[in-house]
Amino acid sequence: MSRRSRPPLFLAKSGYRRRRLHDAARLVPVFGAFLIFLPILWAPGETAERDTAWEGLYLFAVWAGLIAAAALLAPGLRRTATPDPDGPTEDQG
Amino acid sequence: MPFNVLVLSCLIYVAFLFVVAFAAERRSRRGMPGFLRSPLIYTLSLSIYCTAWTFYGAVGYAARSGLEFLTIYLGPTLVFVGWWWVLRKLVRIGRQQRVTSIADLISARFGKSNLLGVIVTVIAVVSATPYIALQLQSVTLSFGVFASGTPEGWALPDRASTGIWVAAGLALFTILFGTRNLDANERHHGIVMAIAVEAVVKLAALLAVGVFVVWGIADGPADIMARIDASPIADWNLQPGRWTGLICLSAAAVICLPRMFQVMVVENADEQHLARASWAFPAYLFGMSLFIVPIAVIGLERLPAGSNPDMFLLTLPLSEGQGGLAMLAFLGGFSSATSMVIVESIALATMLSNHVVMPLWLWLRPTSAGRGDLRWVVLLARRLCIVAVLALGYAYYRMSGGSEALAAIGLIAFAGMAQVLPAMLGGIYWRGATRTGAAAGLGLGFAVWAYTLFLPSFGPGAVISAEVFANGPLGLGWLRPQALFGVTGMDPLIHAVFWSLALNTAAFLIGSILSFPGPVERMQGAAFVNAFDDEALTGPLGWSRGQAEPEALLILAERILGDDAALSFFEREAAEQGKQGYLPDPTPDFVAALERRLAGSVGAATAHAMISQLFGRATVTVEDLLAVANETAQIMEYSARLESQQEELSRSARQLREVNEKLTQLSLQKDSFLSQISHELRTPMTSIRAFSEIMTEGDLPPAQVAAYGRIIHEEAIRLTRLLDDLLDLTVLENGSVQLNLGLANLGQMIDRALAASCRIRPERSFDIQRSTGAEEVFLKTDADRLVQVFINLMSNARKYCDARDPVLRIVVRQKGGRVMVDFIDNGSGIPKDSQAVIFEKFARLSDESRAGGAGLGLAICREVMANLGGTITYLPGQRGAAFRVTLPLRLEKRETAGAA
Repeated sequence: MSRRSRPPLFLAKSGYRRRRLHDAARLVPVFGAFLIFLPILWAPGETAERDTAWEGLYLFAVWAGLIAAAALLAPGLRRTATPDPDGPTEDQG
Repeated sequence: MPFNVLVLSCLIYVAFLFVVAFAAERRSRRGMPGFLRSPLIYTLSLSIYCTAWTFYGAVGYAARSGLEFLTIYLGPTLVFVGWWWVLRKLVRIGRQQRVTSIADLISARFGKSNLLGVIVTVIAVVSATPYIALQLQSVTLSFGVFASGTPEGWALPDRASTGIWVAAGLALFTILFGTRNLDANERHHGIVMAIAVEAVVKLAALLAVGVFVVWGIADGPADIMARIDASPIADWNLQPGRWTGLICLSAAAVICLPRMFQVMVVENADEQHLARASWAFPAYLFGMSLFIVPIAVIGLERLPAGSNPDMFLLTLPLSEGQGGLAMLAFLGGFSSATSMVIVESIALATMLSNHVVMPLWLWLRPTSAGRGDLRWVVLLARRLCIVAVLALGYAYYRMSGGSEALAAIGLIAFAGMAQVLPAMLGGIYWRGATRTGAAAGLGLGFAVWAYTLFLPSFGPGAVISAEVFANGPLGLGWLRPQALFGVTGMDPLIHAVFWSLALNTAAFLIGSILSFPGPVERMQGAAFVNAFDDEALTGPLGWSRGQAEPEALLILAERILGDDAALSFFEREAAEQGKQGYLPDPTPDFVAALERRLAGSVGAATAHAMISQLFGRATVTVEDLLAVANETAQIMEYSARLESQQEELSRSARQLREVNEKLTQLSLQKDSFLSQISHELRTPMTSIRAFSEIMTEGDLPPAQVAAYGRIIHEEAIRLTRLLDDLLDLTVLENGSVQLNLGLANLGQMIDRALAASCRIRPERSFDIQRSTGAEEVFLKTDADRLVQVFINLMSNARKYCDARDPVLRIVVRQKGGRVMVDFIDNGSGIPKDSQAVIFEKFARLSDESRAGGAGLGLAICREVMANLGGTITYLPGQRGAAFRVTLPLRLEKRETAGAA
């Protein structure tokens, strides 16, 4: 109970790793959005050579990367999702 | 391919889906959900995101605008890989609050306001109707593709009739499997399973056509890459505005679309499934879009100019002579359309019935909340709503007529539903969001969406005149529908999304800041925003300790949840309070739990209103207000701890009180037992002694001797029976009884018991109502002992039922490997204070009909049932005396040992 009024400042290793795992889970879509919006900056004007196929390949590669990242994180997150040891400070996002 | 073969395989496929759904329902009803609740099925059911619009339309989209079609899939991908942000909280809240639809979520968050529920329902229905029409059209169009190429002279089926057959079939399927149970939180296993199968079919179809195109027509990936760069598709240029806007729009839609919310949140069986779906669903989308561009490129290359690119998936295999492949593609498209329509109409029907029909019904007949079976009303409302939604879709399809008006409708629907996003995200992350703000935002957003996107989609002159398009209403140029506030040079769709969401969000924020939320709203706000905190902080809304009797609440719950579910819910709650039986104390916690449970069936607003009718108004206690203020966290914590201790204490006190009461009664019973037994033994003894004395004096006529002898004999029999009963009870209580286990038919056992109990008060004619079908079950048990229990219960009904036309109902049910047999008569029942003692020895309630027996019957029954691994309990709230006998289907030896 006292945990809630003053959450511990430093955590044990397992708790620390768990929090970083949650951070990673939050970061995946941010990186994903960055990579997906990146083609906007590829100067759409200069279409001297046709590169639609390569653009498509790039997008599918990013997509596959996102799927792989989510798949790697999912088992760890699933284990920590139900119990909530970090309390409200961590989850209010 | 002959057209009739197509129709035939289509029918076979539909029949197959029916069988799958039936099998899934059966499986889950038998209590073996197994793989039905697996993350795989959950992920596959999410695939209803891919409708016929994305199935056929994606190829057309790619043919027209290159890679832009990917935006429709990339948005959801970002949402799902980022499930830790939003989806996790949404699913948690959905499960905690037993949310039935997205309208219910918004309504519950903002103080169970039905107004918001209605607004969201209207938005959903308006934006989904054209979308449903689009699905009907795609099925009709794909039929048309096959029909047009028939050399056999098959008449092209009439568009209207195909549409109506499809719509009617879908309505039938949805009503059959979608309104089977009322509680929206109980999963629709049949439908989910059918959708999962359809998901596999559509993915397989697209992949098959794709593989055929890449390796069958072209020479593998390298060749395809070259062909893509050579095709007109490569002329495509990424438009930054549309690229960003469409990705954001589809990301919003995947959360807000009623059907997605239905499968993602409402049908979610386990929060952990979301972790698996977070990568598996994007992978599914990846598979769905992998071959879209190759198919579009080859289609543009091979097919004559001017052919509809939306139908490339069908026409390309057909033109290459691959009838089977075209058939598979057709079934894929058919699957996409039907699964979308089924789930969408369930979601919309739930919203309509919970937020529009039920409140209206309760408002028109305010007194009826206390009478009659409401389940039937709700189910009927839901069925009618399903028919209405499909009829609306069909009517729209007939009226819109051509494909032109429908082509863009998918994105228009996305934009319409996206209006819910600000209120939803604000509601789950910001405690300051209020009902006024949400209503303002939703209303304004919806209006702007309708004005700038929906109505113009019918074309200039249809709803909005060409004059208004050019110069704005009343000549106000800055109000032109496609150039609001002078913003020109924006794509019309992005323009509409931008303005509607911007104004929506602004109105929501400003309205929230300026208004003040009511107490219910603040409680709900705290509960939603702090969904991951301990329950103590966000405790339930305090129902004042009211006047409502638990029995009245039970009757209300029975009418909505059904007898079984209500009784087991009450029993569980009572056990949690440390009480025996079916009637928990009406504590605020219990009433709040009951309200949440009811909300799972009829929505938060209606459930709240119904309990209010019984209970008076909900009040907010001082503790609740402290929680809302959230300023004195430490005091609160301290008092919360005190409260939990106090609760613990009061629970033990309640248990002690109950035990004490029972002990006192037992002691009284023991006294009365002694006097009773001496009395019971003495009466026959006295007469035996008296008559034997007379007989020993001799000089009696033989007739007299015979008569006296008979009396002595009868009294001796009565004594023996009493002693037998006592012995029987002792043996049963010691557990040293020998059971003769064997297979026996339940119906036959009831027959035997009926025949035997007819001897009791034979002058009374009883109306016996039985469920003969359910009785056809074989039990492995001790048949003689069980029949003894049945005879006892039926004899009791014959003896004590005081109705003028006595009726005895015998209801048999199976649940999770156990059989329940209820004996319910229509007499005045057993008073509440006596219910606890009837199973004790010599507990006879009144002396009004001393029809033999010494009050040992029910005590023996209880002991017999304990030996048979079952129970016998009194069922309250049945408008008569009712007993429930529960026993295992198969009694194993070790169970008996355990019971002993």
